[in-house]
Amino acid sequence: MLSTDTDILKTAEAWKRDGRGVAIATVVETWGSAPRPVGSHLVIDDNTNFLGSVSGGCVEGAVITEALDVIANGKPRMIEFGVADETAWQVGLSCGGRIRVYVERVD
Amino acid sequence: MRLSLLSDLNAERAARRAAVLVTDVASGEQRIVREAEVGGDPLAQDLQESLRRGKSGLVERDDRQFFLTVQTPPVRLVVIGAVHISQALAPMAKDLDLDVTIIDPRTAFATPERFPDAPVLAEWPDAVLPDVGIDQYTAVVTLTHDPKIDDPALTAVLRSKCFYIGALGSRKTHERRVQRLTASGFNEADLARIHAPIGLDIGAVSPAEIAVSILAEIVASLRKERRRSA
Repeated sequence: MLSTDTDILKTAEAWKRDGRGVAIATVVETWGSAPRPVGSHLVIDDNTNFLGSVSGGCVEGAVITEALDVIANGKPRMIEFGVADETAWQVGLSCGGRIRVYVERVD
Repeated sequence: MRLSLLSDLNAERAARRAAVLVTDVASGEQRIVREAEVGGDPLAQDLQESLRRGKSGLVERDDRQFFLTVQTPPVRLVVIGAVHISQALAPMAKDLDLDVTIIDPRTAFATPERFPDAPVLAEWPDAVLPDVGIDQYTAVVTLTHDPKIDDPALTAVLRSKCFYIGALGSRKTHERRVQRLTASGFNEADLARIHAPIGLDIGAVSPAEIAVSILAEIVASLRKERRRSA
């Protein structure tokens, strides 16, 4: 039912072979209470279709936005999320943890 | 990531072989190290450790940071007995991403009509288990209640590295089973690997409830290390 990370990678390969732009986001480090373990993947295509998760849904939106950039320019990047601060709309993890996510394009 | 690397990683998974994707975090440079090649890699020690624990993570070597994506084979569930409980168990196991195989020599039981979602082998377990290949990423449950079928299966899987063995039957049934298996040469430590009566004690009654208790016990065995470290 496509919930394991490796089945998600299979989908990433299929999407790429379909000719879509594809990025893979991977949780590389977590501190404190983090919803998804290190190694969890989120796969994004250039049409904002996505599969998998890197958090309990807290930061996926932001990761997808970054992933679209990565698909466009090809440069991998590292992004970090912590608790959303009081300056309103910044995304974050309500659980109080911090995570680092590596986003790379499939070439 | 190059598409060829992604495709190699997926091929290793399909072949039920462990592999690690090594990513140099600063440069984005990547390589795949297959389990068999770990010894010759500059990061051999870290790779071995991460494979042993089955966990991805960051490592640092010579001021460079590497992310190791550990990929272990998909977990497989081999069910001995194409019985009523198995019919409830197979679709639930599939939802848990377990690769299910059903084995039962009785051709009236082992039909694709009764098991539309899983491969069914109408063979004796001892004859077919070597081909199925029982590795450390495999759980085996015996559910026929018939020693003629369950015992040869247990004899085969007790010699394997599978991470879970469960056998259906009451305490009394299991006592007799232990006596038979002891007579055929297994010791106490071997037989302690068998979860019997099978499943977590949740008072399950219906086949579906028993399936839930079995799957919960399999998940608990699979995630034992994670529970310990949590």
